[in-house]
Amino acid sequence: MSNFVQVLIDGILSGLLYALVSAGLSMMWGVMDVINFAHGEFLMVAMYLCYWIGEILGIDPLFSWIAGGIFLFIIGALTYKLIIKNSLGKAAMAPLLATFGLSMLLKNFCMNRFTPNFRLLSGTIMEGKTFEFAGAIVSVPQLVTAIFSLAVLLSVYWLIKKTRVGWAIQATAMDKEAAELMGIDTENIYLLVFGIGGACVGVAGGLMTTYLAVHPEVGGLFSLIAFVVVALGGFGSIPGALFAALLIGLVESFAGFYIAAVVKYVAVFAIYLVVILIRPKGLFGW
Amino acid sequence: MFKNKADKLWYGFIAVAFILPFVPGVIGGSFFGHVATMILLYAAMAQSWNIISGYCGQTSFGHSVFFGIGAYGAALAVVNFNSLPWYGAPLGMLAAAAVSVVISYPCFKLKGHYFAIATFAIVEIFNRLFMIWDTIGGALGLDYPILPDGWKNFSWSDTKNGYYLGALAIFILVFSVVRWIERHRMGYYLRAVREGQETAESLGVNSAVVKLSAMALSASLAALCGAFFAQYNYRVDPPMVMSLDMSMKFVLITILGGIGTFWGPFLGALVLIPLQEYTRAYLSHLGAGVDLMIFGLIIIIVMIKQPLGIMGLIRYFTKRKVAKGEGDA
Repeated sequence: MSNFVQVLIDGILSGLLYALVSAGLSMMWGVMDVINFAHGEFLMVAMYLCYWIGEILGIDPLFSWIAGGIFLFIIGALTYKLIIKNSLGKAAMAPLLATFGLSMLLKNFCMNRFTPNFRLLSGTIMEGKTFEFAGAIVSVPQLVTAIFSLAVLLSVYWLIKKTRVGWAIQATAMDKEAAELMGIDTENIYLLVFGIGGACVGVAGGLMTTYLAVHPEVGGLFSLIAFVVVALGGFGSIPGALFAALLIGLVESFAGFYIAAVVKYVAVFAIYLVVILIRPKGLFGW
Repeated sequence: MFKNKADKLWYGFIAVAFILPFVPGVIGGSFFGHVATMILLYAAMAQSWNIISGYCGQTSFGHSVFFGIGAYGAALAVVNFNSLPWYGAPLGMLAAAAVSVVISYPCFKLKGHYFAIATFAIVEIFNRLFMIWDTIGGALGLDYPILPDGWKNFSWSDTKNGYYLGALAIFILVFSVVRWIERHRMGYYLRAVREGQETAESLGVNSAVVKLSAMALSASLAALCGAFFAQYNYRVDPPMVMSLDMSMKFVLITILGGIGTFWGPFLGALVLIPLQEYTRAYLSHLGAGVDLMIFGLIIIIVMIKQPLGIMGLIRYFTKRKVAKGEGDA
């Protein structure tokens, strides 16, 4: 029984982390129909940033995630300005492939500068802290990340549904030309969407440095999981992404425990394929 | 003398194919031989991808699965069964075609990015299953034993000329198949499905059959290239042949050269492969990853400036010339 609770909690916690990583991608996809292939590398950049802030300035990731969010907002906006804007609408897969080039550039830049070594911050405030809950051990850093994830998702959801900017984003996603006729500067909306998308993944990366080692390849798997989460949740739906991320987290942890650790990602991608073949537009897609 | 432009290009191809076998004898040098072999191999790989994704418009990121199945076909025949790659390669091609039909049949229902992400997921599933499948070497992969040189074992140790000729044979085979398709009824079907599936169906094209047969052909040719790759490297393991990075090579070379064009894959390989091999050889003192950084930067620039690739550039210039001269483009 306690095993079951443990696996359940682990699944939910990693699911919430995946939700935070995927939220930004979901927005970019929903508003602009663009897949940012460099999403995992954005995460890696944020992790390196907060790692070095912790290592050199001694600031804990519990605070430096703010820097991660701001820095990645800028990176996201720059990516839109320099790459997405110029490749959008030229060929079907041009933005995807251009961001694939960006992911190669970022990954190998970090490989070149920081070596392929795994780096983990030591002596952080939350390091190794755990507590017992219903016979299961809960790791504090993962729990804090999960709470942050919910908070960030809720505020993004609130931003989109309840504010004027959010209405402008929705209008742009529905019909770009009509939105322009209504006086919405769609260029700025796109820029903002990429910025917010980057900021979400920046916050995630900042918090993750407490309990995950950073290395140049860290983004690869997170990229793929984010793609799967977003496609599973459905085109640009944030609640869909949250639901799909929890599903993926639970499948991963249950398959990892009850079948074998090596097949957990096989199970994740297989579940995705099964669902997507039954509902080709994702669970919450339209 | 020639009926049209496409025929002219075809005679050009035959001329190139005639000259190429003499290349290693004239230039010599094993590094150049290696680069030339890789150009031909990657051109053939990209062309095989071009059948389904360029001509038929179904952008697949899953071709490393078929490539890997071909590579494992040849390697298993040699390593596990003490047999010849000549038996393993055709079996690998058949297996790849079968697998491609089984996974594509449901996936072709998906549109746009949903299809692309499904093919990513398939690569990951195959990669991880092959990593834990111990009979075929698991994560360690398969290492070839030392075998006598020659065509029988398709292995050479002192000179690379045999491999070069083998790659050239594959290159000519794949390009001839594509040329034949281009001129055949099948080619028109493929392009009709790409331009508008509903329209094509309303004119009596069975789009499901067209897409599946293009996929099977594309997968089996990719598997043939994979078998060669295994013979050339003398080993296979899942990250080497069956990974997203390998899938992206199929895509990038074709896109750089010009997707959906006959010469695109060759031009793309002619530019990217020497760039990759020479930057790897000459920029290594700058530390790891510099070659791939340059690679990434080039991809970004091409996608921003000319998503139709080198063929797009060529067309841009020839069209201008034609417009000035005769006026028929």
